[in-house]
Amino acid sequence: MMSDLLALVLVFGQLSVLAIGGPNPILPEMRRQAIDVHHWLTAPDFAALFGLAQAAPGPNMMVVTLIGWQAAGLPGALIATLAIFGPSSLLAGVVFTTWNRLQDQPWSKLLRAGLAPVTIGLSLAGAGTLAWTMGQNWLSVLIIAGSAIALVRTRLPPFLIMAAGGLIGLAGSFW
Amino acid sequence: MTTALSENAISKPTPRLAELFTVFFHAGLIGFGGVMPIARRLIVEEKKWLDNAAFTDLLGPSQFLPGAMVVNLAIAVGTRFGGTMGAIVAVLGLLSAPTIIVLALAALYGRIHDNPQVEGLLAGLAAAATGLFIATALKMARPLHGKRVGIFIAAATFAAMALLKLPLFATILIMTPISMILQRRFGP
Repeated sequence: MMSDLLALVLVFGQLSVLAIGGPNPILPEMRRQAIDVHHWLTAPDFAALFGLAQAAPGPNMMVVTLIGWQAAGLPGALIATLAIFGPSSLLAGVVFTTWNRLQDQPWSKLLRAGLAPVTIGLSLAGAGTLAWTMGQNWLSVLIIAGSAIALVRTRLPPFLIMAAGGLIGLAGSFW
Repeated sequence: MTTALSENAISKPTPRLAELFTVFFHAGLIGFGGVMPIARRLIVEEKKWLDNAAFTDLLGPSQFLPGAMVVNLAIAVGTRFGGTMGAIVAVLGLLSAPTIIVLALAALYGRIHDNPQVEGLLAGLAAAATGLFIATALKMARPLHGKRVGIFIAAATFAAMALLKLPLFATILIMTPISMILQRRFGP
């Protein structure tokens, strides 16, 4: 138990600072450590929990919480969550403190102006890739398009749009 | 350009720690399939803590820093309005509900994983979340209207990531200096 908790800290603490752009770059190493090295779970379990973390609210990185839970119950879940978000959060804290302080420097303004369209392009690409993955049948394409239009065109709260999408998906499963 | 950032920040409503917690808790609670669209709606459109440009400005580093983008965004917003405590409070708010929900789902997993109704519901939620992502990206892109260099850079970044499938970090390292040079030479 203690050795599992320690292993969770070491494995996910290191992967934390390597997860650039979310869990995808560290997924292979995460799989290897969890399945082959520490035998915390099986390959089908890993795939299922990854899907679950994607469907649940919160960052997809929370697959790590579930691996910790498989490895060492509730303490494992909490320790693994802390380990995967801790180091990257410390780094982000330092970077953003500096980023906010330097906002009036001329070179910093140029850097921000330069980064802005790159950020927008990345967001569009992320949304496009997601739509490509998620739009597997006509019903999901319909929900994707409908909720996008609803958020752009109306003042409906996102919560209602999400709920409508879930209900339409639920209704589709009966049919 | 993002010059409005520093001047306007003073006159804008400044959230207290409790508000930082509740806004990110709210976003985490209903962010099935992704928290960012809901966080932007709350922070930019409802609470008006940041304008569109200032939000994009904080989202940039959130994307290229390691870790989950929304966690980094919570740290960015938390640090800006409440220093270290603000960052801690925002992250705790963001992650507490999803941690409980994902563990509850995992505990139920044996019973729900081949239930078509549950699958339908989750697929519907994920599809709606995807739509919200598209809408949010489009809203962020609005300020590019009429900015030739900005449109070119955003389109090239989109192509590099979505079509050429280049790695995220390499894309940012290549596109940002090009963007800076072009904007310096030709304006936005």
